Amino acid sequence: MTTRSRRAIGAATLAALAALSLAAFSSPAAAEEPLKIGFSMAETGPLAGTGKSALLAMTMWAEDINAKGGLLGRQVKLVHYDDQSSPANAPAIYAKLIDIDKVDLISSGYATPIIAATIPIAMQHDMVLIGFFGLANNAKFKYDKFFGIFPAGEKPALAILQPFFEAAMSMNPKPKTVAAIYPEIEFGHAIMNGIRASAAAAGLQIVYDQGFPPSMTDLTTVVRQIQATNPDIVAIGTQPGQSIAIVRAIREVGLKAMIVGGGMTGLQTTDAEGLLGEQLNGFVNFNIWLPAPTMQYPGVMDFLKRYQERAKAAGVDPIGYYAAPWAYADLQILGQAVEATKSTAGDKLGPYIHATTFKTIIGDVKFGESGEWAQPRMLAAQFQHVKGNDIEQFKGTEKVVVVAPAEYKSGDLIPFDDARH
Amino acid sequence: MTVTYPLLVNAVITGLLMGGFYAALSVGASIAFGLLDIVNIAHPTFAVVGAYAVLMLNRTFNIDPILGGLLLTPVFYCAGTLLYQVYHHFFEKRGDDAMRGLAFFFGLMFIAEVVLIMLFGVDFRYVHTPYITTTLNFGAIALPLRLAVPFAGSLLMLVVLELFLKKTFIGRAVVAVAQDPFALRLVGASPVRIKRIAFGVACASAALAGAFIIVIEPLQPAVGREFIGRVFAICVFGGLGSLPGTVVAAISLGLVENLSTIFIGASWSPAVAFGVLLATLAWRPSGLFGRS
Repeated sequence: MTTRSRRAIGAATLAALAALSLAAFSSPAAAEEPLKIGFSMAETGPLAGTGKSALLAMTMWAEDINAKGGLLGRQVKLVHYDDQSSPANAPAIYAKLIDIDKVDLISSGYATPIIAATIPIAMQHDMVLIGFFGLANNAKFKYDKFFGIFPAGEKPALAILQPFFEAAMSMNPKPKTVAAIYPEIEFGHAIMNGIRASAAAAGLQIVYDQGFPPSMTDLTTVVRQIQATNPDIVAIGTQPGQSIAIVRAIREVGLKAMIVGGGMTGLQTTDAEGLLGEQLNGFVNFNIWLPAPTMQYPGVMDFLKRYQERAKAAGVDPIGYYAAPWAYADLQILGQAVEATKSTAGDKLGPYIHATTFKTIIGDVKFGESGEWAQPRMLAAQFQHVKGNDIEQFKGTEKVVVVAPAEYKSGDLIPFDDARH
Repeated sequence: MTVTYPLLVNAVITGLLMGGFYAALSVGASIAFGLLDIVNIAHPTFAVVGAYAVLMLNRTFNIDPILGGLLLTPVFYCAGTLLYQVYHHFFEKRGDDAMRGLAFFFGLMFIAEVVLIMLFGVDFRYVHTPYITTTLNFGAIALPLRLAVPFAGSLLMLVVLELFLKKTFIGRAVVAVAQDPFALRLVGASPVRIKRIAFGVACASAALAGAFIIVIEPLQPAVGREFIGRVFAICVFGGLGSLPGTVVAAISLGLVENLSTIFIGASWSPAVAFGVLLATLAWRPSGLFGRS
C-alpha cells in the first residue's frame, strides 16, 4: 500500500468518525433526556377515586403525545407521587419533584386543599401551575401563572350553584325558603358562601344554615333538623363520603322538599352511582360534563371509549365522565402551550396561556384574568328513573339528565318528592 | 331553632344506636389497652380489615355481613394470638417502653391500609342486604335497621365478652393478669399465654365490629382513621379495661354527639363530646368505671 493510499484510508476513517460523532450529537429525541412533568395525585385516601381516574387519563395523554413524537422533540415522562389526599404531603412532594427529580413542568394534584398547598411552591419557582378541580384557589394568591381546570369561572362557589338555583327558580310555584348544609372544611365554606349569595340574589329566605364536622359518621339527626324547618330548597355542599352519608340519611328520614342537591362532590362518579342506585332519584347536583349532544366535543367520545376499555383493568371509575376528560385536557393545555412557545419557562408559558383559547376534548378553554375560566360552564343534572344499582344505566344522559342551564338541557326537572316515587 | 319532641326522641335513638356501635368497635382496644397494657392503636384498622373480609364472604358466598363477621372471629382470634406472639417477642419481653409498642401498632396500621388499597383499591365498597335500606317507622319515630342491627349485635357481643371475663377461669385470669401477673403465676397460669388469648379475643371482636362498619357506612381502606380518636376516648372515659364502662362511655358519646347537634349545632358536637370527656376525667381520673 502506498503512502498516498494510507493517507486516503486515514482521512476516510477520520471522516467516518466525525460523521458518527455528528450523528450522535444531532441524534433524534430518543437520545435526549425526557421532558418531565411532575405532580402529586390522590392515589390513596378519600379523594383517590377521582385521583386515580385522573391519573389514568394523564397517563393516556402522555402515551398519545409520545406516539406523536413528544414535546419539543423530547419524549414526555410523568413523575408522580401519592399525596394520600392530604395537603400536608404536597410541599415535600413538590420539593422533591423540583429539586431532586428536576422536572421541567409541574401540574397540581386533586383538589382545592392540595392546590392551595402547591401554589406557593409554584410561585417560589416561577412555574406555571394548572390546578386540577380547585375552587377559588387563586383568589388570595393572585398568581399570574396559575390556571384552574374547572369550568366555574372567576367566582367558582357561585357558579357551581348557579344552575341548581336556576333550575329551582324555574319551578312552579316558586320556592321561598332554603336550608343549607355543609362540612366544616374549606370546600364546605366556599360552597356555603355560594349558597348564601345565590339565595340573596333569588330573594330566598335561609331557614337553616349549619355545618357539621367532617368526621361525622351518621347524618340522620342533621337531616331531621333540616326537615323540622320545612324548607323548599335543600342546598348541600359535601365531599364524596359525606355525600353518600347524606343521601342515605335523607332516604331514612324521608326528607320532603321541592329540590335537593347542589354541590355534592362524589355523586358524579360511577362508584357512588352504583352504591346508591335508586336512592339517588330526584337529587339535582352540579356536574361539569355529560355526553349530551351539545357537549360531544371533538375527540372526547373516542377518548372515553379508550379510557373505558382500560379503566376496569386499572380498577378505576369505569365510566369516567367526571374527572378523566378534564385531566386529559389539563395536560393538553400545558402541552399545546409548550409547543407554541417552544419553552417550559413560566414567564413564556404564563402570558401565552392567558392569551390563548385552547382546543381540548372538553371544548374550547379560555382563561380569565384570575386564571379561572373566563366564562363558567357548570351544569345541574338530576337523577331520574334510576332502577336498582346496575352501573351501565348511568352511561349516556337518560338517567342523569341535564336540567340547567337551558343551552345544555337534555330533559325537564322533576320535583324532588315526585322523583322519589 | 325549636327542638320538637320527635326531633329529640329520634336524636336520642340515633345516639343510642351509634353508641352501641362505638362500644363494639372500642371493646377490643379496651381489653388490649386496659387489661394487657398494649396500646393497640391499629384496632380500628383491624376492624376495617374485618370489614373487607366480610365483604369478600358476602361477594363470594352471598353470606350475610353479620353472619360473615361471626364466622371470621376464629380466624381473627388466631391472627391475634400470632400477632401478640410477635409483639411479645420483639417488644414486651425486652421490656421496651410503651412508645415503641405504639410505633409498632402505628406501623401495622399503615401497612394494613396499604395492603387493603393494593388488594381492593380505593373505591367505596358496600354490601346489599334488605335491612340496610329498611327503616321501621313508629309514628314520628324512625328506627333505621342499618343502625339497629349493628346495635343489637354489639350488645350481644358485649354480654358474651362480659360473661367470658367474669364466669370463666381464663376470663378471670385475663382480668388478673392486668392486676398482678406474679400472683397469676402462683396459681399455675402463664401470664404470656393468658395475654395471648386475651389479645386474640380482642382481635376477634374486630371481625364483628368490621361487619358492623360495612352495614353502617360504605367502606374504604382509610375509614378506620375516623374512629381512632373516639375509640381511645371511650376506653379512657369508661375506665381502662372495664367492659360496662366501655358500653356506658360509648353510648354517652353517641348521645352527646347527637344531642349537641340538635341543641347547639353539629359543628360543636366533637368539641362538646370531648369537653364532657375531659370534665369527667378531671372528676374521675380513672374514668367512669376504672379502679382508682
